[in-house]
Amino acid sequence: MENKAAIELRGITKRFGSVVANENISLTIRKGEILSVLGENGSGKTTLMNMIAGIYHPDEGQILVNGEEAAIHSPKDAYDYKIGMIHQHFKLVNVLTATENIILGLKEKGRYNVEKSAERIKQISNAYGFEIDPHKKIYEMSVSEKQTVEIIKVIYRGAEILILDEPTAVLTPQETVKLFQILRNMKQDGKAIVIITHKLHEVLSISDKVAVLRKGKYIGTVETQNATEKSLTEMMVGKAVSLNIERPETKNQEVRLSLTNVNMTNKEGVAMLKNVSFTAKSGEILGIAGIAGSGQKELLESIAGLRQIQSGSILYQNPQTGKEENLRDKTPMQIRNLGVRLSFVPEDRLGMGLVGNMGITDNMMLRSYKKGKGAFLQRKQPKSLAEKIIRELEIVTPGSDTPVRRLSGGNVQKVLVGREIEAAPTVLMAAYPVRGLDINSSYTIYNLLNKQKENGTAVIFVGEDLDVLIELCDRILVMCHGQISGIVDGRKTTKEDIGIMMTTVKNETGNEESK
Amino acid sequence: MDAIAYFLQRTIAQALPLLFGSTGEILTEKSGNLNLGIPGIMVAGGVAGMISATVYEKTAANPIGIVSVCISFLFAILCAGLVSLIYCFLTVTLRANQNVTGLAITIFGTGFGNFFGGAIGKLMGINDISILMTVDTYKKTLPFAKNLGWFGTIFLEHGFLFYLSIIIAVLAAYILKHTRTGLNLRAVGENPATADAAGISVTKYKYLATCIGGSIAGLGGLYYVMDYSRGTWDTQSFGERGWLSIALVIFVIWNPDLAILGAALFGGLYIADVYVPGLSGAQKELFKMLPYVVTILVLILTSRTKKKKNQPPESLGIPYFREDR
Repeated sequence: MENKAAIELRGITKRFGSVVANENISLTIRKGEILSVLGENGSGKTTLMNMIAGIYHPDEGQILVNGEEAAIHSPKDAYDYKIGMIHQHFKLVNVLTATENIILGLKEKGRYNVEKSAERIKQISNAYGFEIDPHKKIYEMSVSEKQTVEIIKVIYRGAEILILDEPTAVLTPQETVKLFQILRNMKQDGKAIVIITHKLHEVLSISDKVAVLRKGKYIGTVETQNATEKSLTEMMVGKAVSLNIERPETKNQEVRLSLTNVNMTNKEGVAMLKNVSFTAKSGEILGIAGIAGSGQKELLESIAGLRQIQSGSILYQNPQTGKEENLRDKTPMQIRNLGVRLSFVPEDRLGMGLVGNMGITDNMMLRSYKKGKGAFLQRKQPKSLAEKIIRELEIVTPGSDTPVRRLSGGNVQKVLVGREIEAAPTVLMAAYPVRGLDINSSYTIYNLLNKQKENGTAVIFVGEDLDVLIELCDRILVMCHGQISGIVDGRKTTKEDIGIMMTTVKNETGNEESK
Repeated sequence: MDAIAYFLQRTIAQALPLLFGSTGEILTEKSGNLNLGIPGIMVAGGVAGMISATVYEKTAANPIGIVSVCISFLFAILCAGLVSLIYCFLTVTLRANQNVTGLAITIFGTGFGNFFGGAIGKLMGINDISILMTVDTYKKTLPFAKNLGWFGTIFLEHGFLFYLSIIIAVLAAYILKHTRTGLNLRAVGENPATADAAGISVTKYKYLATCIGGSIAGLGGLYYVMDYSRGTWDTQSFGERGWLSIALVIFVIWNPDLAILGAALFGGLYIADVYVPGLSGAQKELFKMLPYVVTILVLILTSRTKKKKNQPPESLGIPYFREDR
């Protein structure tokens, strides 16, 4: 029997200026069902969902809630229709507690009473299986805790229709499993759930139906049980693609970078790296896995010379001179000139590496401003470089002078990674280069990394998706609390093994210390 | 003993405009609006109060003190609120740069004060613009204040605006910390996108907080005109009280209840050069810098400790536009 429709979209169109983000989309969301909305970056998934949540307003078309036409002009209207959206970028106030964030903007009857609300939050948590401390401040929370607050927030408001925008992008495999269990509990409870995601295996494991969008157009909805990763990808991309990440055999390996007993503490005196030792070889991709904040960023920044380490050595084998150089007593500029390049994609994508208000050309120049003669900037070369990157990486932008802030997330990342690769580095450190990217763009990046590997570059790849790490990397280094909990062969290991290593580290006495 | 009591009494008299100004500015900044127009708004409020009192005293057949107080009070908050409304319209609705708008409002408010404050006599065709009856009503103290020795001198020999300023500051602190409205307001200033998504009208909160805050600050100007300088206006001598109020906001790290103490400290420092005996001219000028020096020290301290709760509202000074990405 078909479940009752919770939301029906009819002929929805939304334009931003001359760009059509959604074109004539009709879609049905049913109660007691989990619907995945699948599509590449810029295919309009988030825009479409934002219209249901009242962030945007459709230019054409109707939204029907429970069979009646609904006018959703603001998020508040959406709540009145029992629609709640959990955004990719959490909408939480950092200095407030979980409870305060959850009751924010509510007009409950009776006196303002935080304790009473905290009590209700605990009831909700018990009902669906959340773990949360209602009095913890947001800025003290982990990403997964923040997400929990977001979900409880919409349930607290009585939402019957939940929309989750890429909820698993920032979670560990274990946290993802927990989240999916909670979503299933909600489905049992008769709630309608929409989940936007790029990860096909998650789509297949959690959803009942999959709706596919491509370039702002609605392609179709399929029953998950009749779908495969391959069929979904073809719907999404519009052409057949190979789903296997290539992993060329390694060759001509020589040690490029060797770290011995590196220790680093941050400004607050907390140890961020403890006795880190490993080598990176030319012609291989070394993956780094770990829960966010386990020291990956600090490690890469130490190598790039952006952070002072307290002890240990970082040695670099210069392929040109054959000499061994100590990176510890070099400036970041000297290290970069040696060919050690860092391309870091932070969570907010623009925080490090690119200047949001400048165009692609100007961002290229950030790396080459010292070149050229005289006092004036030479724009020709960076401009042709910018155009080359736009062409080769298929970046969607009105022009090379459009501020990168206006580009979609995936395109911003291509600019960032493309720029570092163009410099023909000997060591390329790419942190989260596919964060939030769709399949097609991700594969472009994987291919770029593989090409670098074949050219004899030592590639260090910090990733979040363990499936990708296992398929792409030759060796995988697992970090936990600033320590290396193991280095495994990408061809032989399993996701579960890495997952365990991510949360457990063997300390000196041999006892296992778990998080 | 008497000298100290008198100094403390003058300290409080100095503190009142600052307390009104900073309470108003805290409410404003909690909504994410950095209103640098506060000095101008205080001037506008004070002058509007003075003009309305003058008009009433000179035109009414039998002017009554309490009526004149009500009229001038009303006009002061109305005028200050109106100028704040201009600021809101420019920064919230038109999303103009807050710093530039604020500075423009300050220049506008001061000019408004200079013009009407100076020209009111001429405009009305009278030479004598004293409004002593209104002033006396403003300055009326509790009848038993004189009998309570030093305590009375310090704390009770003030007009009703003294009590009002403390009530407003305490009330503002209570609203911010213990009510739903306060929670929503803080959310708007910290993260308007979040507040918006939670169904709070960001525009409404910004407008209301800024206009109410501006009106409160306007009372600071009113107190200065009516009580401190006895019904006359001189922009020069009003001086930097407006900017001090803004510095005070930082000094008390956005807590209106702390502002009561902070204002007293600033007030004392502001006039300390007069009461410390044997200072040379240059030393006096150095003394006058003290409030700013302590503000800078507080800024250094709060940024060193990096406590999240001691930081300014996260989106202070940034205009909000829902469909911006």
